Amino acid sequence: MPSRWNMLWKKNEFLVGLTILGLCLFVGSVNSAFWSLPNLFDLLRSSVVLGIFALGALVVIVSGGIDVSFTAVAVLSMYITTKLLLAWGYAGPFLWICLLSCSIGLCLGLVNALFISAFRLPTLIVTLGTMSAFRGFLLAFIGSNHISVLPQAMVAFSQWDLLRGRTPDGVLYSLPGAVLFLFGAALFTWALLRYSMLGRGIYALGGDAVAAERVGFSLSRIQFFIYGYVGVLAGLGGIIHTSLSRMANPFDLVGTEMNVLAAVVLGGARITGGHGSVPGTLLGVGLVVIMNNSLILLGVPSYWQRVAVGLLLLAGTAAPILLARTRKRPHAGEEERS
Amino acid sequence: MAPTPYLELKDICKDFSGVRALETANLSVAPGEIRCLVGENGSGKSTLIKIVAGVVHHDRGEIRIDGHSFSRLHPIDAIREGIQVIFQDFSLFPNLTVAENMAMNTLLAERRRLVTRRRIRDIAGEALSRLGVELDPEALVEDLPVASKQLVAIGRALLQNARLIIMDEPTAALTRPEVRRLLEIIRALKERNIATLFVSHKLDEVMDVSEQITVLRNGRVVADEPRAAFDAARLVFCMTGRRIAQARRSAVPERTDTPLLSLRHLSRKGSFRDVSFDLWPGEILGVTGLLGSGRTELALALFGMEPATEGEIRIEGREVSIRSIHDALRNGLGYVPEDRLTEGLFLSKSLADNAAAGTARDLAGRLGLLPPRAVLRFGEDWIRRLRIAAPSASVPVRNLSGGNQQRVVLARWIALSPKVLVLNGPTVGVDIGSKSEIHAILEDLAAKGMGILIMSDDIPEVLHNCNRILLMKRGRIVEEFDGAATDENELARKLAG
Repeated sequence: MPSRWNMLWKKNEFLVGLTILGLCLFVGSVNSAFWSLPNLFDLLRSSVVLGIFALGALVVIVSGGIDVSFTAVAVLSMYITTKLLLAWGYAGPFLWICLLSCSIGLCLGLVNALFISAFRLPTLIVTLGTMSAFRGFLLAFIGSNHISVLPQAMVAFSQWDLLRGRTPDGVLYSLPGAVLFLFGAALFTWALLRYSMLGRGIYALGGDAVAAERVGFSLSRIQFFIYGYVGVLAGLGGIIHTSLSRMANPFDLVGTEMNVLAAVVLGGARITGGHGSVPGTLLGVGLVVIMNNSLILLGVPSYWQRVAVGLLLLAGTAAPILLARTRKRPHAGEEERS
Repeated sequence: MAPTPYLELKDICKDFSGVRALETANLSVAPGEIRCLVGENGSGKSTLIKIVAGVVHHDRGEIRIDGHSFSRLHPIDAIREGIQVIFQDFSLFPNLTVAENMAMNTLLAERRRLVTRRRIRDIAGEALSRLGVELDPEALVEDLPVASKQLVAIGRALLQNARLIIMDEPTAALTRPEVRRLLEIIRALKERNIATLFVSHKLDEVMDVSEQITVLRNGRVVADEPRAAFDAARLVFCMTGRRIAQARRSAVPERTDTPLLSLRHLSRKGSFRDVSFDLWPGEILGVTGLLGSGRTELALALFGMEPATEGEIRIEGREVSIRSIHDALRNGLGYVPEDRLTEGLFLSKSLADNAAAGTARDLAGRLGLLPPRAVLRFGEDWIRRLRIAAPSASVPVRNLSGGNQQRVVLARWIALSPKVLVLNGPTVGVDIGSKSEIHAILEDLAAKGMGILIMSDDIPEVLHNCNRILLMKRGRIVEEFDGAATDENELARKLAG
């Protein structure tokens, strides 16, 4: 009989959570600075953009696809937005900036959807192509300069803090308001996947595309939504990244997509589609961020961090598979009695 | 007076790129009727079902459902009229729970935007109660055995207010108790005036459950009569157009000094225990037992997929260690899996590629390259030798019928000339005509000195083909029968008891 405890062990979220806990205890014991409030806020700050991207990537992976173009979409959206706003001399609220960047992201995401849905091309190939095309388009036609004077609203956004404090030795620390965007996006994505028919459709598509079509889901509608939604989140992540770093750098972000995908897969999403959850993804993001952050605290050189994330990914994906293998076959004869 | 038929097909014709699949076929199903559509593979059964489901459009003829006439039937029309088809692959979502799978169609039909767990649970509860079975609604479908998956698919169909449920080869992958339960469910559906069109080529079940039988052969309806009008021999004759005698295997091989394969106290924790037997050259040995008795696990252990943990395996007297598939191959063991569609074949690859998959190294020319022409010739050769019905060796295996697919798998193994061939359910999903031919092939191989081990719960199959039969229960071999000295009833009773 499966006890509650056994069920818990089967849950991927639980395993990731345990790993995080173990990692925290270890790092905390080596460097007590880990447990300080400034470090905690720092971790949250680092999670915002990675997390928003990961939510988009989760939706794609659940549907059985993969998207590697979202960082290119993010950079293109944020750079066009910043340039336009500066050209207009925009002085309005941050909300409209977000909407503009998200709209651009949406359009770019729909380009992906068009190729994937209308021409039925493999998602990896399409997004590899558009990643390169979007990025090239940005550098060739829009601009390749850093912009360090940003519109006022973006600067203000970067200074918007939920909590502020000062350490005994006088260093300022704060919890940025941007984390609310992450929580908002996570809540929305969670509800979408769990409580909407569209979300059920995304899981169905990832489980068996042919069956999903037979049941009556419109696959193209679902795919347009998925890639559009990823585009919107990429646009949002891009503009928040730019605001927080107070610079629009066209060379930024592209290259971080593997970190994002690693976080999603560590969080329990299966690369073959059909499985994955928002809480799991957030834990995966947490794990990657803590890993990167703690290696700094431990004084590990930054190149080693990449090695560590890679190893973590291997271990994290291997563990559940190996665990599942050990309990694959039920005891002979048990079935017979039923 | 006969009741007005719920479904009526008249003079249906269908061509596929010049090949006549159906020739003026007629079929009618009355409300609440249990009808069987039988025929060998390639007889046009599948085409007929697809036409009723609206997946394939007929060229000529008339379709009437519940009094409405359709010149062109679309899937959505068929569903609206209450026709539900349960395909062999069930069209389920492996990553979702039983409840979610059952509820999916209903939720979509309700055009909901939002769903709650409670709503899904309620819908699934309704389906389970209509079905009258116990299933954990929270279990993932991918973790379920085939029989339960089928129940989920039936439950889902019932929720669509089905008036006719069409089941394509529903018993192909079921064990006997599971088949019995399915037939009970079909009878219970009848009570509620839901008709069933049951497509099968397992004769005993057809006879057991049907009220009316329609027999198709080469695209034509050759018989359409009440069940009482048929006996097994007549049904076989209608389906195949020839008489097939179910001959007992007679030639018992002479025993040589050393057995080809001998197992001593072979065990694998949780799968089987203390299994010992000898297999002599030229012998066909059957291992039968219910699902979970350990017969499949034993086969997997012999092929190194789930190696045994204790005991010894000897081949021609020499002790061998089989820890991997590679070990098994090297020691001359071949394995034809139960589920050839997923384990045995590359469905999208050609017949020739599939047949040559095991022997590629021998066909390769210099530099280790594989000349496509050699592979094709190899395929053509096996088409002749095993009488595979295929237009050419370059057709994808996906397009072949079950019996022919199984021959392709056999061809691959025979080409490797193993000493011992282990077959797990060798004729699951294969029609009678092909079945007897496959048995003849096995007989022929045995006559040439190969040792053949058949794992099957198809009692007539083991009885008619095996020299000896071992009965497995709860991971142990409990009894040995002489194939010639036992009969079907005795074996069936021992198997179930």
